[in-house]
Amino acid sequence: MKHLLTATALAAVVSVAAAGSAVARDQIRIVGSSTVFPFSTAVAETFGKTSSFKAPVVESTGSGGGIKLFCAGVGTDHPDITNASRRIKNSEVEKCAANGVKEIVEVKIGYDGIAIGQSKAGADLKLTKKQIFLALAAKVPSGNSMVANPYKLWSDIDPSLPKTKIEVLGPPPTSGTRDAFVELVMREGAKAFPDIKKLGKKEFRAISDRMREDGAFIEAGENDNLIVQKLEANPVAVGIFGFSFLDQNADKIKGAEVEGVKPTFEAIADGSYKVSRSLYFYVKKAHVGVIPGIQEYVAEFTSEKAASDEGYLADKGLIPLPPADRNAMRKGATGLVPLKM
Amino acid sequence: MTEPSFEKIAGPGAAMANSKGLMPDREAALVRRRYRAEARFKALGVAAIVCAISMLFLLVGSIISTGWSAFYQYEIALDIKFDKAEIDLTNPRNANYGGLVKSALSAQFPEVSGRTNKRTLYGLVSSGADYQAMEVVLDDPSVVGNTRRVWVLASDDIDSLLKGFIDRSLPEADRRVKNKELVWIDRLKTDGRVRWSMNTVFWKSGDSREPELAGFWGAIVGSFFTLLVTLALSFPVGVLAAVYLEEFAPKNRWTDFIEVNINNLAAVPSIVFGLLGLAVFLNFFGLPRSAPLVGGIVLSLMTLPTIIIASRAALKAVPPSIREAALGVGASKHQVVTHHVLPLAMPGILTGTIIGMAQALGETAPLLMIGMVAFIVNVPGGVTDPSTVMPVQIYLWADSPERAFVARTSAGIMALLGFLILMNALAVILRKRFERRW
Repeated sequence: MKHLLTATALAAVVSVAAAGSAVARDQIRIVGSSTVFPFSTAVAETFGKTSSFKAPVVESTGSGGGIKLFCAGVGTDHPDITNASRRIKNSEVEKCAANGVKEIVEVKIGYDGIAIGQSKAGADLKLTKKQIFLALAAKVPSGNSMVANPYKLWSDIDPSLPKTKIEVLGPPPTSGTRDAFVELVMREGAKAFPDIKKLGKKEFRAISDRMREDGAFIEAGENDNLIVQKLEANPVAVGIFGFSFLDQNADKIKGAEVEGVKPTFEAIADGSYKVSRSLYFYVKKAHVGVIPGIQEYVAEFTSEKAASDEGYLADKGLIPLPPADRNAMRKGATGLVPLKM
Repeated sequence: MTEPSFEKIAGPGAAMANSKGLMPDREAALVRRRYRAEARFKALGVAAIVCAISMLFLLVGSIISTGWSAFYQYEIALDIKFDKAEIDLTNPRNANYGGLVKSALSAQFPEVSGRTNKRTLYGLVSSGADYQAMEVVLDDPSVVGNTRRVWVLASDDIDSLLKGFIDRSLPEADRRVKNKELVWIDRLKTDGRVRWSMNTVFWKSGDSREPELAGFWGAIVGSFFTLLVTLALSFPVGVLAAVYLEEFAPKNRWTDFIEVNINNLAAVPSIVFGLLGLAVFLNFFGLPRSAPLVGGIVLSLMTLPTIIIASRAALKAVPPSIREAALGVGASKHQVVTHHVLPLAMPGILTGTIIGMAQALGETAPLLMIGMVAFIVNVPGGVTDPSTVMPVQIYLWADSPERAFVARTSAGIMALLGFLILMNALAVILRKRFERRW
């Protein structure tokens, strides 16, 4: 028994000591958005298999969390690349620079559509952004004043809509999908009312960004698969989720028309379906040449094999950039042109 | 002081029944009511057990019914022509095996033309087919220059179709598998070029974005390394702390304070340990992110209180007569502990340790903060290599859009449950075999 104890104690000491002298990293580290995660991982895997480098480690931390880690400093302890489902903010670039991360290369990889979907068994929905705002905002205009949202049925908003209960499952505020939905749909919908539009930025956002809390809008968690399952079980419910989940579950759920356009691959790619956002990743230029393979990874991500209409990322649900933008982006990315805000 | 009368103790009814030897109706009704109350109570207990067991069956049943299909996979036979011009035998890894697989498919369906049609055709087999073709060459270089029938994995959608999860009667637009693919697959089937086999990829490889290539082995190895570190740290520290507190420490305010704190530590939510790990081990000591080493240290903080509490209970259960006897024949305190008390308490200590380890095995929250929730293709080779653990792998798959990951998720859960049952069974066996009752 004594031997066992000494042996385990020794093993503990040795393993800690071994880690203290951690060797230089030979593997790219990527953090960031959970929306970009499926694409980033697909590239990482292919990159690991087809190059002489190790497959990068990709963490899903959310866009904001990723940028925070990315901007923490230069050196092998910090990630080399961060994915983001929104553009990096000015304040974040400044924070980066303050920590010594001065040169950042921005790579735009494509678009992600946000679908408003429902079960195949439900009645077809044809919505406008104004109607979605009226269905989901906490406060809506009525006459000359703002009142707590009184709408219970879709047909209360507009008689052309089905006579079913408003029941919308959406992402929680921590999710990038929610941010994008608010920005692309709720704010646009609110702008349809001149009285709200002329408000100051703060008052406007207080109305446009607040979702109702009386049970008609349900925060269903970050897992889009869960939302899809709930839609299947409840034909009345409507869900808000990423396009790739609609694409994968086309036999069970259908997308609602927004402003007369259905969420399809083509409609998002040509820009006619408006509820879509750009996806990015950011590369720390100071790490290029220190951590092996960064340039090659960027080249793989922006290659036609990955990022074109027929690339493997399109199979995963990424909506690619138009060819001209793609070429310009590839040039900037492989040339590692730093970002200027 | 007078003795309390019998009536005062047992109540008036008892005295009456005792003295007269018969029960009036009121008393009989009371007894019947008591029996009924007991029967009701027992029925509630049985109902609770039935309720719990049916929940368990529902859970396990749903996991097994969705997960069992992940344990087999469909394969498609291709006659691959290993062209001498394509493969350089001095560097066989560099050849374009994707091209070879594609030309084998084209040769199988010569009538398919057009870019999109060909792309769909090539999508019948997994992107892993290239590596399977490469493996064939690496195993047997003499194949170069010949044509050989190779069984390659079907892609995830085709696999789902062959497993019967895709409804052919749906309109084409609603299906992931289109009509022309159905025709091709049916032809391959009648040619005997489709078969199923056990899913060995699942047990052999790391994570992948393609469901048919995604394996659990990377996560199993990651869990193993993490638990190794946890055990190496928490077992000696936990047992020594317990021995000191139980056998040597004086009973005073300080030891009371320590005891209260250990008990509180056992109730701290695990995410707190993750934050601690991030702040101390990653930011301060600069240990590597996503490494089983840090994961193990964090989890050992979590299991320490469990081990200390279980070990103290086991030490307490050793009767004082053993200690006194040993002291009586002249053993030192140290000898009493290491020669007699510890060996006798060991089965109980090990049981507690295993239960603590099983808890650590299922933990994800603290690992989130230290970067172990990550996509990692390579199977880790040591405690400082980036890795995930089993529950994290399950979480990542559950979040993936591809439908075929649903079955993989459940299969992963089954594997994790299997390990947990194994560990708990070990604890039970240890207890049954070696524990001594006094």
